[in-house]
Amino acid sequence: MAPRCWRWWHWSAWRRTRPPPAGSTPSVWQQFSTQEQGPQICVVGSGPAGFYTTQHLLKHHPRAHVDIYEKQLVPFGLVRFGVAPDHPEVKNVINTFTQTARSDRCAFRGNVVVGRDVAVSELQAAYHAVVLSYGAEDHQALEIPGEELPGVFSARAFVGWYNGLPENRELAPDLSCDTAVILGQGNVALDVARILLTPPGHLEKTDITEAALGVLRQSRVKTVWIVGRRGPLQVAFTIKELREMIQLPGTRPMLDPADFLGLQDRIKELPRQRKRLTELLLRTATEKPGAEEAARQASAARTWGLRFFRSPQQVLPSPNGRRVAGIRLAVTRLEGVGEAARAAPTGDTEDLPCGLVLSSVGYKSRPIDPNVPFDPKLGVIPNMEGRVLGVPGLYCSGWVKRGPTGVIATTMTDSFLTGQMLLQDLKAGLLPSGPRPGYAAIEALLSSRGVQPVSFSDWEKLDAEEVSRGKGAGKPREKLLDPQEMLRLLGR
Amino acid sequence: MVLNALRKVLEDVQPDSVAVASGSDGACEGTLACSTCHLIFEEHIFEKLEAVTDEENDMLDLAYGLTDRSRLGCQIYLTKAMDNMTVRVPDAVADARQAVDASKNS
Repeated sequence: MAPRCWRWWHWSAWRRTRPPPAGSTPSVWQQFSTQEQGPQICVVGSGPAGFYTTQHLLKHHPRAHVDIYEKQLVPFGLVRFGVAPDHPEVKNVINTFTQTARSDRCAFRGNVVVGRDVAVSELQAAYHAVVLSYGAEDHQALEIPGEELPGVFSARAFVGWYNGLPENRELAPDLSCDTAVILGQGNVALDVARILLTPPGHLEKTDITEAALGVLRQSRVKTVWIVGRRGPLQVAFTIKELREMIQLPGTRPMLDPADFLGLQDRIKELPRQRKRLTELLLRTATEKPGAEEAARQASAARTWGLRFFRSPQQVLPSPNGRRVAGIRLAVTRLEGVGEAARAAPTGDTEDLPCGLVLSSVGYKSRPIDPNVPFDPKLGVIPNMEGRVLGVPGLYCSGWVKRGPTGVIATTMTDSFLTGQMLLQDLKAGLLPSGPRPGYAAIEALLSSRGVQPVSFSDWEKLDAEEVSRGKGAGKPREKLLDPQEMLRLLGR
Repeated sequence: MVLNALRKVLEDVQPDSVAVASGSDGACEGTLACSTCHLIFEEHIFEKLEAVTDEENDMLDLAYGLTDRSRLGCQIYLTKAMDNMTVRVPDAVADARQAVDASKNS
């Protein structure tokens, strides 16, 4: 307990700078006056952007305190809900995040929906600075007729389903057809193709949900087409993921050499990343496999292929109109070269029969609060190097700042940059001076609104439960899917 | 396998480098799933390193500031021959800014 004279100093200093908000009780200020005097910072979102921003702030300011708010009951964002179950090494970053969360200058506040349970303006009043790191939870729609038919899903929802995102647990995709079409040629498209085609036995020891594993075991999907509206030089996936597809057990690739005519000559001018990727595509499409690989391919029961210069025009219904039976694709040609080349229609179309359509054409952020500027065209919060335009004290990092592309390491570098800008502003006296109550003020608001925040040690209890449930099946964890069950386990 | 001695030096000399800030052995903890342990070696050291694999090259493709003497630190075993070598750590960010002079950890 702080000495009484120090508490009085804080109380009187606060009164000189600003009157306490109407309706606040003295106990709130007494609480805050015993807290350390460092800047109180609020981060919204507990995925890589939120955690790396927090890590930077804690490391570069010895007294800063950071509260991380999260709408889910559990932390880690896309590391938990986006990264594929067969890529566990990518999830190692969770160990670093856990260290950050366990710092005594950091507190995780889960089950709080900023924008609904608490307004950004209320956070700004309680903290010295607020960082928005809430990512991109919507998918880019196809905006074509037939998109609403049963059997059409966003890759986002499909990934959420096999990764245990509570809102996608009832997805129930029907995998009884023999052909699936994935629209889009990024790493998410390859993840979805790989999960559809991997022999289910290979997924048994991963953290894929038991429900999804059961559905995949019954799957009759034999062929997956991964369709892009541009050409081989514009594919958005990276070489590691392509290599995995090529080597996928029980499958063989179908690439049309005609799509690669003339590319051999252009490869040498390409920058390294694009060059190596295109070389691998070209080899796979045009070279005769060695004896061993040929035998492996001959015995493969499942196939995958890349289709280029095809843009989705309409999802075609079955005769009774009740589900998807195919997709009409517009044939395109390229205008321009390189990464900036655009697909233009030729007027021709092509129908591709299928029973499942997964659209993987990008994510989109949502505006979080009427008082936070948002650019609906770009789908980001307007900002300059992480400082939200026109709103001092408000920052952003990660996908909501730069758009929804890039891997964890990209987001990490970006988050450190935002953290750097915030601390620069703090040092330059551009942030509110004088003490701020931080969570002490927000806790009261949440409580009065019936919101039950979940702490990091609550998460650790749920974590232990998931790990324990996975043990019997040899899985790293069995994810909890029902928020009500999770709250019950926490005694709420 | 991490260059443990190198990590200690980096922590003292370049604590803001991505290689250190990303966490022990880099963000993916040495499993070839990221490029945060990207290091740049002197020519005479570089050419004696064990051959780079496709898998390491796949991750190097994504590294910022790649050079023709770049390797991923998590794949390099320290040897006696590396005594007194100089290793460069790439800038963490694209636009070189002056380091923020905020209070640092003691």
